[in-house]
Amino acid sequence: MSQLLPVLLLSLFVILFGSALLFLASRIGAKGKPNSVKEETYECGIPAETSGPTKIPIKFYLTAILFILFDIEIIFMYPWALTYGDFISGGYGIYIFSAMAFFIAVFIFGLFWEVKSKALEWE
Amino acid sequence: MGTDAFEFTINFVKMVAIFLMMVQIVPLLVWVERRGSAYIQNRFGPNRVGPLGLTQLLADAVKFLTKEEFVPGRGYPFIYYAAPVVAMIPATLALAAIPLSAPFHVEPFEMFGRNWGPYTFMFQGYDFGIGIVFVLGVSSLAAYALLLAGYGSNNKYSMYGALRASAQTISYELAMGLSIVGVILLFNTFSFTDIVNAQSAPLNFMWFGKKVVVEWLPNWGLIYQPLGAVILFAAMFAEANRLPFDLPEAEGELVAGYHTEYAGFKFNMFFIGEYGHMFVASALMVIFYFGGYTIYPWLTPETAPQIMGKLLGVTSATWMSFWGSILLHLVLMAKVVAFLWIFIQVRWTLPRFRYDQLMDLGWRSMLPWALFNTVITAIVVLLMRYQWGA
Repeated sequence: MSQLLPVLLLSLFVILFGSALLFLASRIGAKGKPNSVKEETYECGIPAETSGPTKIPIKFYLTAILFILFDIEIIFMYPWALTYGDFISGGYGIYIFSAMAFFIAVFIFGLFWEVKSKALEWE
Repeated sequence: MGTDAFEFTINFVKMVAIFLMMVQIVPLLVWVERRGSAYIQNRFGPNRVGPLGLTQLLADAVKFLTKEEFVPGRGYPFIYYAAPVVAMIPATLALAAIPLSAPFHVEPFEMFGRNWGPYTFMFQGYDFGIGIVFVLGVSSLAAYALLLAGYGSNNKYSMYGALRASAQTISYELAMGLSIVGVILLFNTFSFTDIVNAQSAPLNFMWFGKKVVVEWLPNWGLIYQPLGAVILFAAMFAEANRLPFDLPEAEGELVAGYHTEYAGFKFNMFFIGEYGHMFVASALMVIFYFGGYTIYPWLTPETAPQIMGKLLGVTSATWMSFWGSILLHLVLMAKVVAFLWIFIQVRWTLPRFRYDQLMDLGWRSMLPWALFNTVITAIVVLLMRYQWGA
């Protein structure tokens, strides 16, 4: 807990710094009167055509889900890589390698299947 | 953070100084970028305000501050204002975890009528010993700032820019994470300091169970991991949203992407985040593959204090150690600046990818190559370190 204290302090400091600058800018910045044209959503100068929340392609959602799967698989390789040297010098090199080889084979199979099922196609 | 008031104060000041250093480096980089692009495109660039146009940075800051504060009518004010502040956090936290120089030692001394010390101060904001994991985790938070910016502006261009940014960031994070696995396999540590220390020695490796030492080469990661270095560097471009991967703010398609509705200092804060990210990326490249703050035969954590002691005529162990760390810090900065210049030069040289090409490159080309790199590294490490005949 006390190890993470600096992270918290630094984040607070950045937030304070940013808010102070925003406050300063709002104090000394130019003052303008609001009007409907200025506040309109910017769409290259023509009157805004869209209203309500923007519709987004579902494709991005799929990419995010696939990312989570693969990223978790990659995270599992980190502790493996960290202890790899110790296992080899301890005489268990072949065991630790083949264990991860199986894991990576599953990984490659997943990637291959993903490409085959056209989940990664962007038209 | 420290055992007594002195250590706590120094650590806190150090942390803030590193943050301010990052904030300071942004206007300088913007200046280099503008002058550099002008040089590449046979123009002058900003050269009127002050010597070489250097005070242009101050003029810009004042101009940013005096711009009118404005929230788009359909936007969500809180999210709109929060996004630029959030954009600065990931790069700051990541930078504070990176060792910028060798730790320096303070011998016991007397002050205010009591004895203090001895202390050892790391030249970084904080050291967890799991620096790599922390930096990876924190820098992936950058996608949130862009998403918040897109959502808070409630503009279709901002939203598309933000979505592209997050999809691109997460796609390239896979290749980035995998290429770092190769480095961890070699050095078997999560700590940046340990990686740099391992590289400040002559090239040494196991050759089928026997130790080989090459005296005239430094033990840099690049020699073992050329493919990993290329993949990490390319992925870093995508993570920092720089050309040729700057699809989130593709001017020709999306006006300015996620910061379409931003002006004034809020716009500047996004830039602090982006350039901070570039700085972290360059520092990571230097630490993983180019020896960090050391150049093996001449400048190592052991020799630097002696060199500075002779050069400046200081004899006290504390000051020699301090100036040695400063010298090593300059070495790191020189390497980082070289990488930052590559970032800038690439931006003004290459055209932008199409979005489908970008995603294809990330998923179907860089991810398999990074996987290949990991497997090959694992096999070679196993063959070389395996105790043959034991």
